[in-house]
Amino acid sequence: MSNEGVIYRISGPVVTATGMNAAMYDVVRVGHEGLMGEVIELHGDKAVIQVYEDTSGIRPGEPVLNTEETLSVSLGPGLLTQIYDGIQRPLATLEEVMGVFITRGVDADAFDMEKTWTFEPQVAKGDEVVSGQVIGHVQETETIVHKIMVPPGKGGTVKSIESGDFNVTQTVCVFEDGTELQMMQKWPVRSPRPYTQKYAPDTPLVTGMRILDFLFPLAKGGAAGIPGPFGSGKTVTQQSLAKYSDAQLVVYIGCGERGNEMTEVLDEFPHLIDPNTGKPLMNRTVMIANTSNMPVAAREASVYTGITIAEYFRDMGYDVALMADSTSRWAEAMREISSRLEEMPGEEGYPAYLSSRIAEFYERAGRVETLNGDDGSVTVIGAVSPPGGDISEPVSQGTLRIVKVFWGLDAGLARQRHFPAINWLNSYSLYPQSLDQWFRDNIAQDFPEIRTQISGLLQVEAELQEIVQLVGSDALPVDQQLTLEVARMIREFFLQQNGFDPVDAYCDIKLQYEMAKAILSFQEAAKTAMADGALLNDVVNVPARSNLMRGRFEEGYIDRIEAMVKEMNEQIANAVEAN
Amino acid sequence: MTGKEYRTITDVKGPLVFLNKTEPVAFGEIVTLRLANGDIKNGQVLDTSDDLVIVQVFEGTAKINRETGVTFMGDVFKLPVSTDLVGRILDGAGRPRDGGPEIVAEEKADIIGAAINPYSRQSPHDFIQTGISAIDCCTTLVRGQKLPIFSASGLPHNDIALQIARQAKLKDSDEEFIVVFCAMGITAEEYNFFRSDLERTGALENAVLFVNLADDPAVERIITPRLALTAAEYLAFEKDYHVLVIYTDMTNYCDALRQIGAAREEVPGRRGYPGYMYTDLAMLYERAGIVKGKKGSITQFPILTMPGDDITHPIPDLSGYITEGQIVISRELHQQGIYPPINVLPSLSRLMGSCIGEKTTRDDHKKVSDQMYAAYAQGRELRGLVAIVGEDALNERDKQLLDFSGVFEDKFLRQSRDEDRTIDETLDLCWNLMANIDTKYLVRLDEELIKKYHPENRA
Repeated sequence: MSNEGVIYRISGPVVTATGMNAAMYDVVRVGHEGLMGEVIELHGDKAVIQVYEDTSGIRPGEPVLNTEETLSVSLGPGLLTQIYDGIQRPLATLEEVMGVFITRGVDADAFDMEKTWTFEPQVAKGDEVVSGQVIGHVQETETIVHKIMVPPGKGGTVKSIESGDFNVTQTVCVFEDGTELQMMQKWPVRSPRPYTQKYAPDTPLVTGMRILDFLFPLAKGGAAGIPGPFGSGKTVTQQSLAKYSDAQLVVYIGCGERGNEMTEVLDEFPHLIDPNTGKPLMNRTVMIANTSNMPVAAREASVYTGITIAEYFRDMGYDVALMADSTSRWAEAMREISSRLEEMPGEEGYPAYLSSRIAEFYERAGRVETLNGDDGSVTVIGAVSPPGGDISEPVSQGTLRIVKVFWGLDAGLARQRHFPAINWLNSYSLYPQSLDQWFRDNIAQDFPEIRTQISGLLQVEAELQEIVQLVGSDALPVDQQLTLEVARMIREFFLQQNGFDPVDAYCDIKLQYEMAKAILSFQEAAKTAMADGALLNDVVNVPARSNLMRGRFEEGYIDRIEAMVKEMNEQIANAVEAN
Repeated sequence: MTGKEYRTITDVKGPLVFLNKTEPVAFGEIVTLRLANGDIKNGQVLDTSDDLVIVQVFEGTAKINRETGVTFMGDVFKLPVSTDLVGRILDGAGRPRDGGPEIVAEEKADIIGAAINPYSRQSPHDFIQTGISAIDCCTTLVRGQKLPIFSASGLPHNDIALQIARQAKLKDSDEEFIVVFCAMGITAEEYNFFRSDLERTGALENAVLFVNLADDPAVERIITPRLALTAAEYLAFEKDYHVLVIYTDMTNYCDALRQIGAAREEVPGRRGYPGYMYTDLAMLYERAGIVKGKKGSITQFPILTMPGDDITHPIPDLSGYITEGQIVISRELHQQGIYPPINVLPSLSRLMGSCIGEKTTRDDHKKVSDQMYAAYAQGRELRGLVAIVGEDALNERDKQLLDFSGVFEDKFLRQSRDEDRTIDETLDLCWNLMANIDTKYLVRLDEELIKKYHPENRA
């Protein structure tokens, strides 16, 4: 047995080779063109390979070369601002080599191997260093310090370490035992990177989207699922999260989605400013774009490539957010390959191991103590595209069993042009309990109570609406009509948020709290005024209220909102006299 | 590599032929089959190994037996392309159907097509004026977009597609589109309708037709759209044309895909369609777009009929996840005698935001479109309420909105099959119709626009 075999069978992206000494998940080069593939099944002498490129024109009898490595990503300075395909080939390099169409058989380094970076040692000769320890710093972009770590499994006494300009393959540090360290390391994508322990999350990932932060908060290190039918705004929501969430790094995976959409992201992101640092957003972003017509096996790999990169930055002590749009396309890639393998299917043709793969993926999220004792997190936000919008299907169900936050997108809301079209009645977050302390300490003592009041009003509204459907709103008692008005204010003023408006797109969490309070304040003032004889219509139509509501589109709202609420309340009180 | 003829067929099943004891055969290789009576059929390799080769036969497997000779052509399926394609009518496998000569190839292009590197794409932003108000105002079409028509049997989607093909142009430009028309399993009658209309208007000279009719082999439908798109890519990216690809009917295409899946005994996904249908459809739809450094573009107009008018059926559902919006045809509007019966409420153009506004269409376009949509949506909802409580129970605002929904359908949606409204005419029409609603209820329009465009202020 050697590391070279021959092709026995080709069926789409699945190739079988014989005569090769192969182990599971070995990366192989298939055919004369050397297409990249991965061993996914072994039958005696036969190795079944999923190939990451188009296989048309390949014949039985062509050679297969086993590299005896598993599918790995390169990790080191140069990752940030890159745009990769599913197997970490930079799209810009592919364009240089192949032109505008992606052909095959081209290998490309994940980043520039020649470029030099200024390495500043953080340890000295004679120091004892362990796995994961930071040995030096590289200022990779304006905002991000890339920490060079001892790869997991290695360690020793530093014999020499140098500062200065190096490329990623040059040795910067040597141990007493002769081990040489470079700035670049490799890691197999299908294995989670090690850490010391997982912590319970206690800090929210602030996204600047009111409905998410206020009603259904996600913790740093948590996992969220966003299921929704087409046209309900999954991608817009994911993109907003990539733009505005307060993670220090963002890994964005466009998995089996539209080419033009990725282009929009690629066009837009370099011009956007991170509201948290004031620097270009691209500085903290790594993008993976494996569109729907790119090879399906590479799509399967893309989520693993993405999460491994996210874990690598987590190990430096950063808070990383990963967006996967859409995990359904990833699941479909698994289904397609499983069906080529003629595996016994589970539900709807998906492989029986679907839910365990989904669970394994989301479990790679978490807030951890890293090997070097730092604190880092990976937050995973996965979009799900259920067929026909029906979330009883296997991918949605597999996701809901594991994630703690569910942001349910709703086609009906999208049709009413209510954006973000997240349904407040069926969405949930299981994090408030662990995050409430943070909200109390950092925003306001009564933050959780205010949230309960707001969501309570929305629940009451839903019940009242059922009656209104039957008898019309005029038939309701006045106090219930007021409740409907308050709930409408919550929906139109608070929950709706214009992702394309330069000011409204990002709402500071303190402002979110003030806006919620403003709504409750309106409710109080209106109740009092109406008890004194004011008419509902007069109370609702005070000009200061519409000023208050419009104010959110203007800069400096947070400084004015208190005065605006006061004015509204005065006008409401005056409505009593007017009557 | 051609030459050797095998007579080693072991099994024939549906559109598939199984044979063994061959030399190594390439995956995707083209195959010719010579029948005992001298007839030639064509096929393609779906699965290949040392022991067994599976060939999918495009023309159906009738009359194939163990004596049939099978020759492997040594290459994958390629379409001879040249600018001579323009003005020609070809069959579903790319052979002349108009009695004209074979296409003389400037080059031969692989019909599978390669994926456009997302990094090399250019965002579409050129407004296409279709002359149909509902589309131009509410679901604006952009050059390089893929915007399907979700229709159902018995609805006039063909008329709409033809009207778009006739009228589509850039605003203030005479630049014309080359139309690549791809028919999959439509009836001869429908085909004649398309062809005579294209002939009548002279558009045929600027069109390429690939035609697979209902009585042509179903399996051939798998390659017909690929041929059409290969021709489109050549014309757009090699010859700088702006190409409009219309294909009808995607439902027949998907059914052919299902047929092959079933014959191969694949594990089916939803409703028996193969699990890879999303990827397969993406390989077609994603061939729309504009790429950096090339002048041409491909805009796609796939037409599909939703079985049972069900938008959650796998065909419209998977399409909707790939395409950049959809235009939904409504049976209800059609039955009210309204043409084009476009239901704007579930319709959507995802790229609309990038191509409307002061510089391209008009400064009021976005807000007018939002207001028209909102008012119509509310008016439609009120119809349900009126059915229960009667019109008298409505307040003044609701009454106006209810009336507006009728006017919207009658005056805004309705236009004749050869009425070509400019975007200015469409937007002015919107203002005239919205004038029936009290200005204070038009909350999505701002003061400035009302001052500038409201009929009261213009007169």
